[in-house]
Amino acid sequence: MDVVPARAHGYAAAVALLAALTLVPLPATPTPWSALALLTVLHTACEHVVRRRSCGTFYPVLLAGAFLLPPSAAALVPVPAALFSPVEHRPALPRRLWRAAQPALAVWGAARVHEALGGKDAVTGSDFPHVLLPVGAAALACCLVLTALDGGLRAATGLVPLRRAWRGLLARSLAPVAVHGLAGLMMAVLWRSPYGPPSALLVLLPMCVSGWVFAQYHRERAAHQATIRALVQAVDIKDGYTRGHSERVGQASVLIARELGMDDERVEVLRFAGILHDVGKLGVPTRLLRKDGPLTPEERRIIELHPEYGHEMVRGISFLGEARAAILHHHERLDGSGYPYGLAGSQIPECARIVAVADAFDAMTSTRSYSRARPVAAAVAELERCAGAHFDPRMVTALVRAVRRSGWHPAVTADEPAYGTPSSEPASGTGARR
Amino acid sequence: MTVLRLIHGTAALVAAASLALTLWNGLADRGDALAFGVLIAVGELTRWSDAQARQAAPLGAAGSLSYALLGADAGRPSQHDAAQVVTVVLVAALLGAVPHIWSGTAPTVDHLARRVLTVGFAAVCFQPLYNRGFFASWDGSAYALLLLTVLALTSLCGAVLAAALAHCRTGWPFGPLLREELRGLLGIGSAVCATGAVMALAVAVAGLWALPVFCLPLLLVQVSVRRYAAIRATYRQTIVSLARATEIAGCTPAGHAHRVAALGLAVGRDLGLTGPELTVLEYAALMHDIGQLSLVDPVPAGATAALPAAEQRRIALLGGAVVRQTGVDPGVAVVVERQADPCPEQPLAARIVRAVNAYEEKSRDAGPEGPLRALEDLRLGTSGDYAPEVVESLARVLAQPWAVRERLPARRTGLSDPAPGWVTHG
Repeated sequence: MDVVPARAHGYAAAVALLAALTLVPLPATPTPWSALALLTVLHTACEHVVRRRSCGTFYPVLLAGAFLLPPSAAALVPVPAALFSPVEHRPALPRRLWRAAQPALAVWGAARVHEALGGKDAVTGSDFPHVLLPVGAAALACCLVLTALDGGLRAATGLVPLRRAWRGLLARSLAPVAVHGLAGLMMAVLWRSPYGPPSALLVLLPMCVSGWVFAQYHRERAAHQATIRALVQAVDIKDGYTRGHSERVGQASVLIARELGMDDERVEVLRFAGILHDVGKLGVPTRLLRKDGPLTPEERRIIELHPEYGHEMVRGISFLGEARAAILHHHERLDGSGYPYGLAGSQIPECARIVAVADAFDAMTSTRSYSRARPVAAAVAELERCAGAHFDPRMVTALVRAVRRSGWHPAVTADEPAYGTPSSEPASGTGARR
Repeated sequence: MTVLRLIHGTAALVAAASLALTLWNGLADRGDALAFGVLIAVGELTRWSDAQARQAAPLGAAGSLSYALLGADAGRPSQHDAAQVVTVVLVAALLGAVPHIWSGTAPTVDHLARRVLTVGFAAVCFQPLYNRGFFASWDGSAYALLLLTVLALTSLCGAVLAAALAHCRTGWPFGPLLREELRGLLGIGSAVCATGAVMALAVAVAGLWALPVFCLPLLLVQVSVRRYAAIRATYRQTIVSLARATEIAGCTPAGHAHRVAALGLAVGRDLGLTGPELTVLEYAALMHDIGQLSLVDPVPAGATAALPAAEQRRIALLGGAVVRQTGVDPGVAVVVERQADPCPEQPLAARIVRAVNAYEEKSRDAGPEGPLRALEDLRLGTSGDYAPEVVESLARVLAQPWAVRERLPARRTGLSDPAPGWVTHG
């Protein structure tokens, strides 16, 4: 995203101007300069530690500033951290201005609301529970300003249509800002207490640790996804003609699951079920997978072991849940003529019926060693012909409806060169197997 | 074992003495006692069932420490003494532990002993001096620093105690266990200490209202840590599955990667590896044979230790290339790549993987004398194939059957036998 439209430049400049206007009354207000300097340094340090690892601003110090300082002084706290922070993408100047101006305006709004509701005295007197009302209102104000400005930027860059620019932003920012607001309150109360600023610093430690652990969580999750991709790529290498097949089946399964109105968690499990449904082919000799021409009954029997191999591999991965059943049963047919167990009708798990339809659909619409790709309409007609005997008609109908509405444009990311490349020999030919 | 008895006996003695003193003197400041008791009990209720977690109940720990260091309630000096602190913490922890004892999932006795001894230490350091008015003339900031100092000392004692308990329970060497505990103090341990100090100060300023508000950031830490632990567990399961690809593909016998990983971990612990190093070692041991997936002809029975050195090295390089694709720590790929290098050039983890793998391959189908003969082979290992210190450590680990056998998965006969639970460390 290196190109930023002129509208967005104008928008950032306007927000920066607004933020500058909030600073105008600063020279006339009695400001505790040492507290302002200390908070600014603290915020810069925290941003340096936390922001580098995870995205998002670190609000506790900012909100503590809003509860302790006059509004125009509180708006100054986030500015140095933003102006000196490293910027990954060009152009740097508008981005820095935006990063400084947005929290400045939000903190200013929070401080105004807090002041208007008499929060300063409540904090100084640590007047619980009355102190919670101005703090809650201030956090809400902060959220509202952030949301309004964020939505405006999204609209100005043209990434999102104007109507949807503000959708869902408030709900997403409310919970984190509320927690950060309470931490800010703790800082402010201890700051004003006889124990002074050093005790207020202690509040930041749990927040920083939490941010650090959260960043580690994200790193580990990314590594996990890469490992799943590696499993899929290992299958793709063996079975050269089906490159991208796994991922497309995952996408088709998601289409069906969404059409059936399943909840997000189950949809995600089905995506994994589709991606990993053929993972057992790792246990089938490559020679058989790539064989041109008809297979002997013996060879067919060996290939038909792959659902069981796959289930054997992934059964220890608990997060896959019912996807494991889908991997084991994705070649069962509704009339009981499938494998490995010859289950029929409702004995077949629902997710396996979904993956079966998705698998067949992608097999027909992509080129295989034994057949060329068919057009989507022909594949749909074939699916509908086999519905009831091989496939669950409900899943077929759902797929057809989804494809008719939004079309079938699978995007495959796994087409990068796969592993095994450093060797001079082909990564295939694993030879005879059990 | 005697150390274990000593710790448990001391804890029981401290608990009994405190209980008797409190019953004799009666409870002072009942409101405070009740509020902190509820907080600690709730914290204990949400304790993890994972026995390996360093801070299983951060909220309970922070609540107990802050009660031990509580000097005032909304400006009014508090009256409770160290014995009352231990009593309240003990009763609340016992109440909160009822579901855990009922389901029998988490070891409760060690946990309670640790809690009683650490809280007792903090309370004995602080309460008698405070009740005599020793700190009355102190400046507020100095007082906050004093609390921090007491907490730091308490955490150090807690770390030593935890390492000693773990050493007694598992037989792993004490030094690395202590190092791991101390490293844990930097993460969630510091958050617990900070929250304990903050809650003690905040209650002194704002009264009991501060408790629910001020334990929120710690809850946030707890949620983050749990999510992190969950994704780590999932990730590990996926790595195990990937490692099984070689078994499914018929390159290696069933359970080989499991056994090498379990034995390798035991050797790694014996040699003093900790935390992240053990994770790298475990993942590398699980995936050490993965290079065989890229071979045209499988190695007979997957026994790489009997191959010529050049061939071993080639398979290791292939495996390293595969592991690099999987997005794990690059350190794992390095270990897998260098598992066949001459041992003076290898990193320690690679030496361990090489020796343990060779032992596993040589001993697995060699009958009752197999293990001894395999060890002898490794000791005589020509031209520095196997590092002597690793082989000696392996012999030590194998000589204490109670430390290994319970953690080594039994040799499985078929692919579909369930794998018994085996050791995890993180």
